[in-house]
Amino acid sequence: MQQIESKMTKSSAKKYVFSKWIDDYLLGVSSAFRFTTQFFKEIVKKPFHFREVIHHCYEVGIKSLSLITLTGFIVGVVFTKQSRPSLEDFGATSWLPSLIGIAIIKAMGPLVTALIAAGKVGSGIGAELGSMKVTEQIEAMEVSAINPYKYLVVTRVLATTISIPILALYCTFVGMYGSYLNVHAAETTSLFTFYQNAFSSITFLDIFTSVIKSTVYGFTIGMVGTYKGFHAENGTRGVGIAANKAVVLAIFLIFIEELIIVQVANWIRFF
Amino acid sequence: MNDFKPHIINKERKVISISGLYKSFGEFDVLKGIDFSLFEGENVAVLGKSGTGKSVFIKIIVGLLKPDEGEIMVLDKQVDKLNQKELDELRLRIGFSFQHSALYDSMNIYQNLAFPLKMNKKGIKKAEIDAAVEDVLDAVGLIDKIKQMPSDLSGGQRKRIGIARTLILNPEIMLYDEPTSGLDPITSEEIIDLINEVQQKYNTSSIIITHDLTCAKNTGNRIAMMFDGKFRKIGEFDEVFDTDDEEIKGFFNYNFIQ
Repeated sequence: MQQIESKMTKSSAKKYVFSKWIDDYLLGVSSAFRFTTQFFKEIVKKPFHFREVIHHCYEVGIKSLSLITLTGFIVGVVFTKQSRPSLEDFGATSWLPSLIGIAIIKAMGPLVTALIAAGKVGSGIGAELGSMKVTEQIEAMEVSAINPYKYLVVTRVLATTISIPILALYCTFVGMYGSYLNVHAAETTSLFTFYQNAFSSITFLDIFTSVIKSTVYGFTIGMVGTYKGFHAENGTRGVGIAANKAVVLAIFLIFIEELIIVQVANWIRFF
Repeated sequence: MNDFKPHIINKERKVISISGLYKSFGEFDVLKGIDFSLFEGENVAVLGKSGTGKSVFIKIIVGLLKPDEGEIMVLDKQVDKLNQKELDELRLRIGFSFQHSALYDSMNIYQNLAFPLKMNKKGIKKAEIDAAVEDVLDAVGLIDKIKQMPSDLSGGQRKRIGIARTLILNPEIMLYDEPTSGLDPITSEEIIDLINEVQQKYNTSSIIITHDLTCAKNTGNRIAMMFDGKFRKIGEFDEVFDTDDEEIKGFFNYNFIQ
């Protein structure tokens, strides 16, 4: 009897290593790390749900196209309009295409796409998986001997990792075209000349870095969205929180990654 | 409610055997020393108030939760010692009907039922899937809902489809989590009949988690009364009903008033 009582009270006497908040935070970081590393283990294992990946690529890519087109175009136009007066002061409006090329290809295109995708796709993934979690649909997969991580997480993360670099390239070209229309309206420059000038200051490393950056952003958006969805709790309120946290954390991580990748690219350029 | 002939229970074989099961969540001790057996072909209704650990109990059986202590033998396998592949193999032999059905919102009824088959039976032909889906839909009496979405169905219909989804894999054990909760008395009776039909037709052994006395009485060959994370009394309905335990009497009286 004493043995049973000691078992009963055993967990009540739980002690924290540091404090509840620090312990919870460290456990959260460890859980996120394990969740991320599981992706690399699962991606090489069968079955490969190609149809699901294609379906999610369509959901992420095609369904974001109109928003990316509009935003990319406006960014190109506005950035050109904002930059023109400063360059005019120095009589350097001919540098406008180069400036736009550097700004949009190296930074704005991937970043704007990632921020839009974090809001649209990341929140969608967080809410969808969060809803599946709180309504026990994920557990229903587990008890049917279906690996929910493989079916729900790997397919979505792959889809965002593939689609977002393509969307970023598209956004870059739309942004450049928006900028060209603005430049053309003022100076009747041809599209060819504009692009030639724009790309004159761009190296292969810049384009490569841009693609790598947007791939990393895509992976981050998918991973954060699925992680937050998978760990949603407390009913429908938890779904809203998961969607919200998916966006906030993804945006935060995107900026940190931007900083790191730019720094690394600069080191590579220097060497 | 339909009358069903007594089902043959093989008391020589335990399909589930649990001893010394403890489970806590943080500071909350939920299960505090559970010993339990389920015989082949038997239905046991686990009765108790909400929050006593009934759902946690069956989630541990199917390996959705890990126990803190205890030995859980299901179909001669120790659940907490299995690797993922072995656990998946075992799960294919267990059907789990969720409290809120847990139907996949993004799939229609056909896709909901075909999904476990497609994912688990490699190389299965479409004709075989169609036949299996129609068979289980027929068993739960909802063949006409095959093209509908889960959101188009009533609570009782969703429960039936949830049960059909588990039956499609021909389980040996069925675990029902609150099968009649949130349903009107007539629909509850239909679900009770369905649970008994499943026992007869598919020869399953079942644990029915419920706080509904009518459901427990009409589906369980034995009743297990759970209070505060422990089984207070296990036996046939009359045996459990005829008790001096004030808490059990209080629970029965409350149900009768309801």
